[in-house]
Order: sequence, then C-alpha cells, then structure tokens
Amino acid sequence: MGRITLDKVTKSFGDVNVIPPLDLTIEDGEFVVFVGPSGCGKSTLLRLIAGLEDVSSGQIRIDGNDATELPPAKRGLAMVFQSYALYPHMSVRKNIAFPLKMAKMDQAEIDKRVNKAAEVLNLASYIDRRPGQLSGGQRQRVAIGRAIVREPSAFLFDEPLSNLDAALRVGMRLEISELHERLKTTMIYVTHDQVEAMTMADKIVVLNAGNIEQVGSPLDLYREPRNLFVAGFIGSPKMNFIEGAEAAKHDAATIGIRPEHLDASATEGTWTGKVGVSEHLGSDTFLHVHDTGLAETITVRVNGEFGLRHGDTVYLTPQADKIHRFDAAGLRIA
Amino acid sequence: MATQHSRSAARIMMAPAVTLLLGWMLVPLTATLYLSFRDYRPMRGGDLGFAGFENYTRFIGSSSFWPSIVTTLIIVGGVLAITIVFGVLLALLLDRPMWGQGVVRIMVIAPFFVMPTVSALVWKNMFMDPTNGLLSHLWRFFGAEPVVWMSEQSLLSIIIIVSWQWLPFATLILLTAIQSLDGEQLEASEMDGAPVLARFWYIILPHLSRAITIVLLIQTIFLLSIFAEIFVTTGGAFGTKTLTYLIFQRIIESQAVGLGSAGGVYAIILANIVAIFLMRIVGKNLD
Repeated sequence: MGRITLDKVTKSFGDVNVIPPLDLTIEDGEFVVFVGPSGCGKSTLLRLIAGLEDVSSGQIRIDGNDATELPPAKRGLAMVFQSYALYPHMSVRKNIAFPLKMAKMDQAEIDKRVNKAAEVLNLASYIDRRPGQLSGGQRQRVAIGRAIVREPSAFLFDEPLSNLDAALRVGMRLEISELHERLKTTMIYVTHDQVEAMTMADKIVVLNAGNIEQVGSPLDLYREPRNLFVAGFIGSPKMNFIEGAEAAKHDAATIGIRPEHLDASATEGTWTGKVGVSEHLGSDTFLHVHDTGLAETITVRVNGEFGLRHGDTVYLTPQADKIHRFDAAGLRIA
Repeated sequence: MATQHSRSAARIMMAPAVTLLLGWMLVPLTATLYLSFRDYRPMRGGDLGFAGFENYTRFIGSSSFWPSIVTTLIIVGGVLAITIVFGVLLALLLDRPMWGQGVVRIMVIAPFFVMPTVSALVWKNMFMDPTNGLLSHLWRFFGAEPVVWMSEQSLLSIIIIVSWQWLPFATLILLTAIQSLDGEQLEASEMDGAPVLARFWYIILPHLSRAITIVLLIQTIFLLSIFAEIFVTTGGAFGTKTLTYLIFQRIIESQAVGLGSAGGVYAIILANIVAIFLMRIVGKNLD
C-alpha cells in the first residue's frame, strides 16, 4: 500500500516561501510525475515526502497515518537520487544489501532478496564490482536495486535520468515504466523534462513556483490545459500563443494553438507568413514561420516531405476545434 | 611524435631540479654512511681512522638502544592514535554549520603554527609544573595530589604535548575530506534506515580512510624525528630517550660522531621498516 496525502503542506527556508499551502493526494499504485521548470519546488516537495526536509506546516499522511514527524527511515519509502548516491567503497551486492542489513534482516533473507533484485534488474554480471567501475546506466540500475529490495510502499525518483545520455535515457525510461507495471507500487518521479512526464506518468502534477498549476493524466493536460503555464509547458514543440485582434475574434485575451493542429499549405489558408528555420526530423518537419502579424514566431508541424524552403510564403489554417482560449488572467475559457 | 618530443624536452627541463634533489639527499646520506665506519671524535682526538662495523655493534650493544626504540614507537603510536581519533571527532564537529565558524577553525589550526620548543615550554611551565601549573591547580581543586608530570608521567606528557601540536594537522586534512563527502550519500543512508552511528561507521569512516592513511604516513615521518619537545622538557631523562635523542647524545654529548652516524643508519632502517609496515596495513586504501 502506498497512498500519500499532503494536507496544506508548506515549506519555507528562512523568509523564502518555497511551497505555499499545497494539497495533493497520490493514490496507491499510481505513477505520479512532478514536472516544472527548475526552481519550481518539485525536488523540495519530493524531499518533504521523503522526510529529508521538515515541513513548515501542514500534514503528510502515508496510508492514512500521520508521517509528518517520522524520520525518513520509518516512512517505508525508498528514494533514487539524481547522483545515484551509491556507496563507493561497497560492492554492488553490499550496496543493495545495505538497507536490509540496517533493518537487521538475517543473512539468508538478504541474499535471497539481493539475488532476486539482481535478476529483475539484470545486474548479476557485475554484482561484485564497485560503483566506480560501472557505467552510468549500470549505476542507475544499482540505485533502483537498492530501492526495490526494501519493498517500500512508494518509490521516490529525483531526476534519475538527467545524468544519462539521450539514448540511454529513452531505454531507462522504458525500464522504469516496465518496473512500475510489474511491481504496481506507487512511484513519485520528479523531472523537468515534459517528455518524460508525458510518456511515463499516470498522473502529472505541474508545478510552478511551488504552486500546483494542474493535476491530471498526460492527455488531459495536453487536451485541456487549465492555464497558459500548463499549455506552454506540456507538449513539444511548445504551443503557439496569439494575442490581440486575432484572439479577440474568439472572445479571448489569448488563444493557443499547438504546432500539430495547424495545417500548412503553399497556396491557401487563414494566415500567411514566411518560412524561417525549418527543423527536419525525418518523419516531421518543424517550420518556424515569421511575419504572420500574429506573434513573433509561429511553429508548425508538417509532414517530413513538406517542400517549402527558407523565405517561401506559407499559408496556415488552425483546426477550429483545437484552438485553446484563455482569459486575461491566463485561465482557460471552457 | 609531438608527445615524444615534449617528453624528452620535459626530461631535460626537469633534470636540474631532480639532480639538485638527488644531491640534497645523497650528500648527507653518503656522509653519514662514511662517518659511521670511522672512529671520529672531533674534540677528543679527531679522526682516529677506520672502525669497521665496530660503531654498529657498539651502538646496538648499548643498554640504551632497545629502550630507545620502544620509546620511539610508543610516542609515535600514542600521538598517531590521539591525533586521528580526536582529529576525526573535531573534523565532524567543525563540519557542522555554527556561529563563528571561521574564527573557530583558525583557533583550532593555531597550535600548528607554534614552534615545537615554544609549545613544549609552555606546556611544561604553564600546565604541567607540579607547583604552579594549571593542571596542578586543577588537581588540588579536586583535592588530589598534583601529578609531577615530567618525572612521573614523562612519556605521557610528551605524547600529550606532541599530540597538541599535531592535532590541527590531522583535523585540517580530515575536515577537508569530510567536506568532500557527497551529501546525497548521507541522505541515501538515512533513507536506508542507518542510524547516526551506522552512518558514521559505514559511510563517513570509509570515506575518510584515504585521508586517515595520508595523515598516518605524513605524521609518522615527522614523529619519528621529534626532538625539540624532549630536549626542552625532560632532556631525555625518565625514559623519554628516543632513537633520535640517543643519536643526538652520542654525537654531541659524547662527541662520538662515528657511533652516532651508525645510529643514524639504524634510524633510517627503522623508518623504512615502519613505512613498509604502514604501507602494508593501509596501502590498499591508496589504490
């Protein structure tokens, strides 16, 4: 079981209020991702849940029990750190066995659990090496291994993939998702990368300056962002925002349209502009269109074979039902 | 190609320094070796010719020889134990954020800047004096008979004085080592359920092992040759005659340079034995 409830939790460092009163419920077995720009308080929030920081006020409940004052070890949570935080002078086996040894488990049970974790994570071939002799991906696995042997009620991940190269990151992303499918344990995952959030999460929590901007499934956030911040943060490339007369036509202060919801044509359309830089990804091409009179740049996703070049005139037509409307305060108009 | 050239160029440029250092080491070493085979008594007849191995047998045959070795090892061992144990504790303490941290750190390091003769005299006269020393006042305050430090606890006194001087060095090196410990490792161990003592034992101490090794090796080199502290306190009496002090007595007080030089060669051998011994024990920490 791992149902975690935050009730009016706040955190301040001296005079600086990092997290204003915040309520959040994480259901048992959920994969929750905290996402937001750097400095938004997502890591602090994770550390509050872990118990590595003390809350300034409010209550944290784990499975209904008040855990606000409990030391980290007593909360039954396991954490994977950004730097992996493996113990450099211990072998992989000892690293993984460490939490069990601290729990005074008997040696036979420790061996059994360590071997099982080694099998699950495929790290049996380097179990007697030291962390210094491992690659980044292998260290990551060991860190996860150290977390799973304790059979915690929830896993906490603090930007675990940010130290890996791009190819490895995609692989580990899948592995962590698979691990979640297999263990069905609550996982809380902190990242600044919205792609990781979209691909892995059951539920995304978008944070900005300590405030929860929106909570929902990846597709909810994509389809119906509650405000401009979420609209701009979720989705890649970023949503185009248009203000002024064009927005007024839709009775809004700002309208947003995603690059993939604009139809581009060389001959006709609602808006016109000049093609600037085009980024070719093979399957798709992202056109950066200038001189539309709407916004400085409008990004459009077109087919990879789309023939326009730098300087050509392009016509854009927004898909009418995909236009997001926001009021002057930046909130979504339903 | 380029590396070949720069390598030979580097060798040529380093040569003067290496030659100088080599000469610096070899000249006194050869002089000592040469003198150890002569019967040389500067104020009592001068160079009395070749002596063979007589100096060596006489030095080792002297009744002061083995006690001096034991004394040397006790002092070195005692000071190492005290400085490392208290060095680790002080470093842990100084690593905590606290008010006036900068001043406290400088105060802790200060004893290292006091000259050995000065610090030994201060200890001897201000703290350990049986009638007027602070420690005797303390003893009397509790109604106890003051300890006559220099004669009754002579070895312990010297160990205390030398430890006081070397504690800052150990603390400084261990403090920098503690500061380089990754905070996430401590947090991880906290999450893993390790209580404070287990964190110290399994995370901090292994992290410090390399620094402890360095402290051990460097201090041993210097402690084997302590002299001033003994000279100004007990003058080698009351069982505080170390090998270094014995050599000093042979050469200066007995005017037997040949005999003393033979002792010097023994000292070199002792230092090497200790060094090899230490490297064996702690060498694996320096891999």
